[in-house]
Amino acid sequence: MGLDFSVVPQYLDIILLGCAWTIGITVAAAVLSFFGGIIFAVIALYAHWAIRQPFRLIAWVFMGTPLLLQLFLIYFGLVQIGIDLPAFIAGIIGLGLHFAVYNSELIQTAILSVDKGQMEAARTVGLSRSQALRKVVIPQAVRAVIPPIGNNMIALLKDSALVSVIGVSELTLSAQRVIGRTYRPFEFYLMAAAFYYVINLGMEWVLRKIERRISISR
Amino acid sequence: MTDQKNFVEIRHAQKAFGTLEVLKDISLNVERGQIVAIIGPSGSGKSTLLRAINDLDPLTGGEIILDGVQVNKTLPHRQYENHINEMRQQIGMVFQHFNLFPHMTARENVVMAPKMLKGLSKEDADALAVEQLDKVGMLERIDYYPSQLSGGQKQRVAIARALAMKPKLMLFDEATSALDPELVDEVNQVMKKLAEEHMTMIIVTHEMDFAAAVCDRVLFMDQGVVVEEGPPEVVFRNPTQERTREFLRKHLAGAK
Amino acid sequence: MDIDLMLKVYPFFIEAAWVTILLSVLTAILGLTCGALGAAARLSRFALVRFVGAAYVSVFRGTPALIQLFILYFGGPQIGIQLDAFEAGVIGLGINAGAYMTETIRGAIISIDKGQREAARTLGLSQWQAMYKIILPQAARLMVRPLGVNLNMLIKATALVAAISVIELTYTAQRYIGSTYKPFEMFLLAGILYMIIIYVTGRGVAWLDRKVQIN
Repeated sequence: MGLDFSVVPQYLDIILLGCAWTIGITVAAAVLSFFGGIIFAVIALYAHWAIRQPFRLIAWVFMGTPLLLQLFLIYFGLVQIGIDLPAFIAGIIGLGLHFAVYNSELIQTAILSVDKGQMEAARTVGLSRSQALRKVVIPQAVRAVIPPIGNNMIALLKDSALVSVIGVSELTLSAQRVIGRTYRPFEFYLMAAAFYYVINLGMEWVLRKIERRISISR
Repeated sequence: MTDQKNFVEIRHAQKAFGTLEVLKDISLNVERGQIVAIIGPSGSGKSTLLRAINDLDPLTGGEIILDGVQVNKTLPHRQYENHINEMRQQIGMVFQHFNLFPHMTARENVVMAPKMLKGLSKEDADALAVEQLDKVGMLERIDYYPSQLSGGQKQRVAIARALAMKPKLMLFDEATSALDPELVDEVNQVMKKLAEEHMTMIIVTHEMDFAAAVCDRVLFMDQGVVVEEGPPEVVFRNPTQERTREFLRKHLAGAK
Repeated sequence: MDIDLMLKVYPFFIEAAWVTILLSVLTAILGLTCGALGAAARLSRFALVRFVGAAYVSVFRGTPALIQLFILYFGGPQIGIQLDAFEAGVIGLGINAGAYMTETIRGAIISIDKGQREAARTLGLSQWQAMYKIILPQAARLMVRPLGVNLNMLIKATALVAAISVIELTYTAQRYIGSTYKPFEMFLLAGILYMIIIYVTGRGVAWLDRKVQIN
């Protein structure tokens, strides 16, 4: 059947729309996974025992099972309990939760490694435990953990392709729609790959800028 | 047979990293059986010079000649590889940080190169290991791993490893600088024994006393040139150059 | 929670688990091979070979594995490659995993103190002899745990082949969710099996790691 890239330009608008969705979903999920990671980390380290244990169990399950399986759980599960969300919201929640768990592991390590003296110093100045956490420990931990979290966000971008399986019209599904019309899978999946690669480079560029900003202000 | 006086020849050695000149036109002849010490401040280029002798850090200009054969020849890759590997079998090197192979026992460390490169049989290899490790006083720990040895013990094994290849020349790159003071002497003793057996040795060191006691010649290097050279009595007691005097003043007064 | 349903369908999940295991094993073998070749390429003395290695890592780590799978399976026939879904899964995921393993292997090799290489070369060993006798044995000991992490990722990545209809664990979960409308139970069945596979693999890696340490 051979290759014919000349058909690509006609469908560029659909592909670009898919890109926009991919970027949007990635950013939304990344933000969710960032703040979720901090919250989960605090719960995992400081919450009451009765909350901590089941929480750790759930985290363990989320890290030991494939993202795609989790997406099925969330998407179909929400429908099951009567919450009928659009697929892309389920996708954002699924991606966000998945990476929040991984981020929380990183943040926990970072929090623990922030000098214990910082906590003590904060307390002796009169801050309560939660204030000390909020104002002193967590900001420092978060600073330290930006690079590895940044890597998780890049992984998130690539994993966002999975939400196509639950019907979200991001880049991958858009490519599939076009392929449905043109019967040229190689050309359009290759195009999609190229777009992902470029978005990836963009994210790495932004990440490096952020890292530099942070290390300067240390 | 080569001229005994020019057993090791360094001719106009130059090493530059871009615009930074680390070695500026150094020439030196070492006789067979001579013990030469090179002293100097950090950054003087003394280690660089030593490491150029077996082409570990190749020169950017000049030649190194051992027993009539040029070491740092420019050859196409495969030929260069064959040439330099052959040359290096004749030059033993001892490093500041020992560089023993951690996944091998002392015996295996010593025996590895002779077995691989000279095709020794198992019995010959074992005999060799015993002989060399006994010589440096490490026979008792012949089957210990480097992680189980002290610094001084490790360095002695490293010397045995280098000697096992029966080299013509031994290079010592600050062999005792990384050792705790109590452990320095055991290594110095081994080196002294080697000197007594007339091994040709070039020693980069901070140990002035040792250099004075064991060496025939001392070179003082600073900023890429040989500032002063002569027998230890002259260089250490009556240096002719002001820079030498300054260096010795700083070094002998303070901690080693 | 519908235990009866789970008891009824779990045999299908067990069967699917074996497919996941087979996929994982084959993909891991291919991945390690590509990883070793990639690392060798990135460490080559020829600039062109190094570039190819770096490009391999950049492209296959920089694009979604799902897309790589689709290009191979759906796009393959256009360039003369006809694979069934299982084959495409193994090859696609294997090449993808290889890109990550290249960096793991290369990382371990370059982390070996350069004094080791210097000591070996000083004795007269060739580059290859030094690599084979001194560097690789030490690097291999350092690689086991990080490769274990790659393996962990790989096992979870096998779920992607559900998207090309290979009947493994995730596909089975999706299928039974579709027919039973019990996503939580089906997730649990598949999830537990994945976790068992990952746990056993993790123990195996830990055992291997312990075994290769020196004394």
